Amino acid sequence: MRRKIVSIVLIFACFLFQTTLWNVFSFSDIKPNFMLILIVSFAIMHGSRTGMWMGFFSGLLMDLLYGDIFGINALLFLVMGYLVGKMYQVFFDEDIRVAIIAVGICDLLYNIVYFIIKFAFGIRYDFLAYFGHRIVPEIIYTLILTVILYRPFYLINRKLQADEREEQDSPWLLK
Amino acid sequence: MKKKKDKISTRNLLAILTVICVTVIALSVTNVISVTPLRKAASVVIVPFQKGINSIGTWVTQQVASFGDVQELSEKVETLEEKVSLLEEENARLSLEQEELEMLRELYQTDSDYQNYDKVAATVISKDPGNWYSTFIIDKGSDDGIKANMNVLGCGGLVGIVTEVGKNWASVRSIMDDSSNVSAMTTTNFDTCIVSGDLTLSDEGLLSFEQMDTDNIVLAGERIVTSNISDKYLSGILIGTIAEIDDDSNNLTKTGTIIPAVDFRKIQTVLVILQLKEQPEM
Repeated sequence: MRRKIVSIVLIFACFLFQTTLWNVFSFSDIKPNFMLILIVSFAIMHGSRTGMWMGFFSGLLMDLLYGDIFGINALLFLVMGYLVGKMYQVFFDEDIRVAIIAVGICDLLYNIVYFIIKFAFGIRYDFLAYFGHRIVPEIIYTLILTVILYRPFYLINRKLQADEREEQDSPWLLK
Repeated sequence: MKKKKDKISTRNLLAILTVICVTVIALSVTNVISVTPLRKAASVVIVPFQKGINSIGTWVTQQVASFGDVQELSEKVETLEEKVSLLEEENARLSLEQEELEMLRELYQTDSDYQNYDKVAATVISKDPGNWYSTFIIDKGSDDGIKANMNVLGCGGLVGIVTEVGKNWASVRSIMDDSSNVSAMTTTNFDTCIVSGDLTLSDEGLLSFEQMDTDNIVLAGERIVTSNISDKYLSGILIGTIAEIDDDSNNLTKTGTIIPAVDFRKIQTVLVILQLKEQPEM
């Protein structure tokens, strides 16, 4: 329960940061992908299920307010959360290098798949221009922010896990 | 939504949610269902938060900027002095062109009297979260009489067009957006062209134009305004001045780039014209 509330607050906070504080964060009009950092971090730290739900809801929130194809972000983030969550059993979540590599790959794939889907629906962009002027700067900027944000996310998750373990140990509390 | 109580495996859950998403995408793209009511409901909740955070963000940037100012002041004095001498020289040259400008301005004035339109001022409160669009949201909506397809002005000229309207918000697509096309014309000979956003150019703060079908000599510096044949834009709103112009290979049409009248990196307050372009009944 506590995890759900914290997750919702985090999704909401990241969404507001990304949409409103562009004049504080954006470099020459490029915004970092806060939502992606959040989803990838929690998927690495808490597995596919968490990654999937967080991805689904943050994507839905983005689709609800912006964009022209409803559901596209929900789908992409959902699948992303699931796949990244698969690394949960393989890697240690203390290792920030795992998170950085995962965020980098995810941001690249997210943008490329987004482009392909838009292309399929008949919205044409000049891909090379987008790659050079939007996708690459976005990835670099997002990676820098991952370095800053991963540690706080990690601490939040560890606190939640500690609380969950406590609840499990007390037999009279219904989960 | 229940994480542990239900027995659905993660893989099945993934399949279910994926199917839901794909269905929703398919339905919304084919316009079977409309997301507009949902969007409006969500905006009522989110927009107040965005307004609040935006005002905090603006305050912080101003504070940071004022600290930077102190350090830069001495450097600035030097550069400004240099600039003054340059400007004085330029001023002398410009006064020669004043007469020509006066004539152009008069012509322009007759052609464009958008000062007469009713307008409402609005503040930009949020931008699209991705880097794919140049759209933003303003803090005035249908309560203030804003409707879709109303023209939006910034300091000096055209900014974009209202695409969606809620109770207390409206989204605006800027003319810098890649998918934006505006029918426009020159102020001297009324040669029409299509002005569109271009991603590679927008980094330099420029717009592109094409299909200018004319035998007249069109020079850089020519003013470009919205044309009277545009179906959504009111005529005679300043878009910018021509930066560069070239003949197309077919020797019939011309293409080039435009310096927009509005600084798109610093849009904070905009004016929405409360008048729609009248369209013939369909």
